[in-house]
Amino acid sequence: MNKKISNQKAWWFVAPVIVLVAFNAVIPLMTVVNYSVQETFGNNVFFWEGVKWFETVLNSERFHASLGRQMMFTSIILLIEVPLGVAIALTMPKKGVWVSVCLVFMAMPLLIPWNVVGAMWNIFALPDIGLLGRAINALGIDYNFTSQPLSAWFTTILMDVWHWTSLVVLLAYAGLSSIPDAYYQAAKIDGAKPWAVFRYIQLPKMKRVLTIAILLRFMDSFMIYTEPFVLTGGGPGNTTTFLSIDLVKIALGQFDLGPAAAMSLVYFLIVLLVSWLFYTLMMKDEAQ
Amino acid sequence: MTLVFKNVTKRVGADVHIFDTSVEFVENEFNILLGTTLAGKTTLLQLMAGLEVPTSGEIWFNGNNVTGVATQKRNVSMVHQQFINYPHFSVYDNIASPLRVAGFSKADIESRVDSVANLLKLTPMLKRRPNELSGGQQQRTALARALVKDADLVLLDEPLANLDYKLREELRDELPKLLSDRKCTVVYATTEPTEALLLGGYTATVHEGQITQFGKTPDVYRRPTDLETARVFSDPPINTTKIIRKDGLMVLDEEVSWPAQGAADGLADGAYMMGIRPHFVTVQPTSENAVAIQGRVIVSELSGSESVVHFKLGDLSWVSQSHGIHAIDIGADATFYLDTRHCIYFGENEKLMAA
Repeated sequence: MNKKISNQKAWWFVAPVIVLVAFNAVIPLMTVVNYSVQETFGNNVFFWEGVKWFETVLNSERFHASLGRQMMFTSIILLIEVPLGVAIALTMPKKGVWVSVCLVFMAMPLLIPWNVVGAMWNIFALPDIGLLGRAINALGIDYNFTSQPLSAWFTTILMDVWHWTSLVVLLAYAGLSSIPDAYYQAAKIDGAKPWAVFRYIQLPKMKRVLTIAILLRFMDSFMIYTEPFVLTGGGPGNTTTFLSIDLVKIALGQFDLGPAAAMSLVYFLIVLLVSWLFYTLMMKDEAQ
Repeated sequence: MTLVFKNVTKRVGADVHIFDTSVEFVENEFNILLGTTLAGKTTLLQLMAGLEVPTSGEIWFNGNNVTGVATQKRNVSMVHQQFINYPHFSVYDNIASPLRVAGFSKADIESRVDSVANLLKLTPMLKRRPNELSGGQQQRTALARALVKDADLVLLDEPLANLDYKLREELRDELPKLLSDRKCTVVYATTEPTEALLLGGYTATVHEGQITQFGKTPDVYRRPTDLETARVFSDPPINTTKIIRKDGLMVLDEEVSWPAQGAADGLADGAYMMGIRPHFVTVQPTSENAVAIQGRVIVSELSGSESVVHFKLGDLSWVSQSHGIHAIDIGADATFYLDTRHCIYFGENEKLMAA
């Protein structure tokens, strides 16, 4: 006879994790869910609203516009940062004293706090006193990121590329340095051209780290807040108002807790869905 | 194909990897490079392949100086210790890859890949990817890639070292057969003396960036021209001691001596270095020429059919290797029998005097 052994002691081992997850994920998320289905006029009085806020958010042109800007921004920086990062990693030295020098230089932007990056680029790009702004204007190009949408986008993207390409570089470099020399020798003996070496040895061997790099860059850039907030404040007009900036405006600027909560949930689901899709597609090959 | 090294030296920074090496490998035969890890075997192979360029000296293929010639133009193939295959190609595409680069026709590629795959028993796996194969099959794929292009020179860098015992034995049996009916010169690097003896052919012993001796494998084994070669070509390590020849006697110490006969017969009186392989130092006498010596047992290892005993002979560490299982207490004094017919004598400069 099978006798089920009852042992409740294990709960004590799981308890700390449950408490931790509850405090840093479940409770805040449930608070947001709670807000998203109610309306409040202050004084802690709430009224049930059902899915009204979700309908509002999903039909809101303002949300569509920020989502569009957000997707545009994320796509552009991924298209620039990933190939650029891989290219830089390929040109980095493989051994010798220069390795650590290069790595330190590469890691530098990653160590700078986000709001400092924003402030730095703000000053750097100012058309009247900033080095970059003055230089571009000196070339005869009319550039002012505080008043021209195109200039604002250009500056924001440049800033993000400056700040985050290093992450892709470091990950790609780690992937590259894990390839044994013998692979390159074998390719050389086969007479493979540099492109073939990249396509059939380096790229497949970098695939895992690149997947992680793209995922991290997608998530981070999709939730970007501090740097554009400090740099442009979402302007000129709404042209660099990305999703988080818009969300903060609604939640804290207008104090529309219900719509803001609904928007947060939609936002969260988009990030989750895209990340999941991405990971599944990239790893499909591996599973076979 | 003939392969000749002329005074080849390879330096990397201040380190000398290969020092003034001249050797003429034997055409269309199995040439073994035998040496410990870091002795310079891999550097020698890379110099042959053109992956490294000598700092000075020349390398000649078939009477042509190829010293500066690029790898791609040398028609060599190489198999590494790690199983190196293109991870995202099927076995078929992996084997076909050197032919595709060389621009063979599709039909030609197909027939060549099929015949090599058949030879290496890879036909059922042609559609799989390397990571779906066992280690032995992965290494067979790498071997197939090396064989398929009919290279003049096939370089094998410890190809069996990462395989488990059974696969290693199997592939070691097949390798010489696979390569013998192809007109190619084979250079095979290994760290294991036993492997060199099993593969036969010719052996070059490599020590600290130099080839100490090159010749037919059994000859190098029986008559090492210097003590270093004997050390490289012995596993367990060869036992050595100082010995004095005096009045027709070989004198080891006050108690142990034996009449100088056989190899020692022609030697003049004086001091020598003597080497004797562990399987001629046994726990029971194996011939009437055996001389008894006393030693203190340090380690005693039993392996299936033989006993390996490490013992102290005076200050020297010696190894004895005997057939059968002999349980010997560690720390005890024991008697070992030295078969004096198989002693090898070296001069004080460690060059061979008599074997």
